[in-house]
Amino acid sequence: MSALYGAALRMTRNSADAEDLVQEAYLRAYRGYGNFQEGTNLKAWLFRILTNTFINTYRAKQRRPESVDLDEGEDFFLFNRVGGLEAATANRTTEDTVLERITDDEVKAALESLPENFRIPVLLADVEGFSYKEIADIMDVPIGTVMSRLHRGRRALQKALYEFGLERGLVEEAHR
Amino acid sequence: MDTHDHPNCDDARHTLYEFLDGEVTPDVKLQIKDHLEECAPCFEKFDFEAELKQVIGKKCQESLPAGLTEKILAALRNDGGTQVTS
Repeated sequence: MSALYGAALRMTRNSADAEDLVQEAYLRAYRGYGNFQEGTNLKAWLFRILTNTFINTYRAKQRRPESVDLDEGEDFFLFNRVGGLEAATANRTTEDTVLERITDDEVKAALESLPENFRIPVLLADVEGFSYKEIADIMDVPIGTVMSRLHRGRRALQKALYEFGLERGLVEEAHR
Repeated sequence: MDTHDHPNCDDARHTLYEFLDGEVTPDVKLQIKDHLEECAPCFEKFDFEAELKQVIGKKCQESLPAGLTEKILAALRNDGGTQVTS
């Protein structure tokens, strides 16, 4: 249940709505349990209900115009700024330290800064470990769409993390 | 930054995420692993991205707020009679 709550929190971005969302998803799952097919993945099924409930109910309720603009960097955005020089010296301590020193709150905020079309696949893949096929089923989109949103979402996430790193002086420290 | 021009680098980097997400066939997985063994620049990139993926997963965990489980169980109990599919 804590995985569902964590996902709900990333989706709604506040704990009161997240609690309501998880409760509503459980109620829907309970009522619709007859539709659950034995042998299919229970966790994926619950996440599908959670995601649908979020999209149909809470997103409408939040009335926040969902931004579709994605602030993407290029591939290896973070590596090129944080990993490159140190890596060449075969000393990976610096980059590992930078990644390790990013706080939980910064990673969560960076993820939450992504538009939901990109945030949800990254959340499902990197936090929950779902396969592309499962994410496609959960979000009701083709696998190709999952892959392209994941790719773009991850690039945008790297850029957001980099900006947090700059603000805190983490990246500068690593680079100079 | 990249001065090397290995013919397999583009292919490997193109499948980076699929590789890290465990979505490539065993054949492709082996090809990429072979390439990473001989190509330090690609290895460093893959290693960094793998570490980042782990960090994101690890730093986004939440614990349940106190009382949520009880609240949901109570809601399910109250809902016991209703068998409506919404």
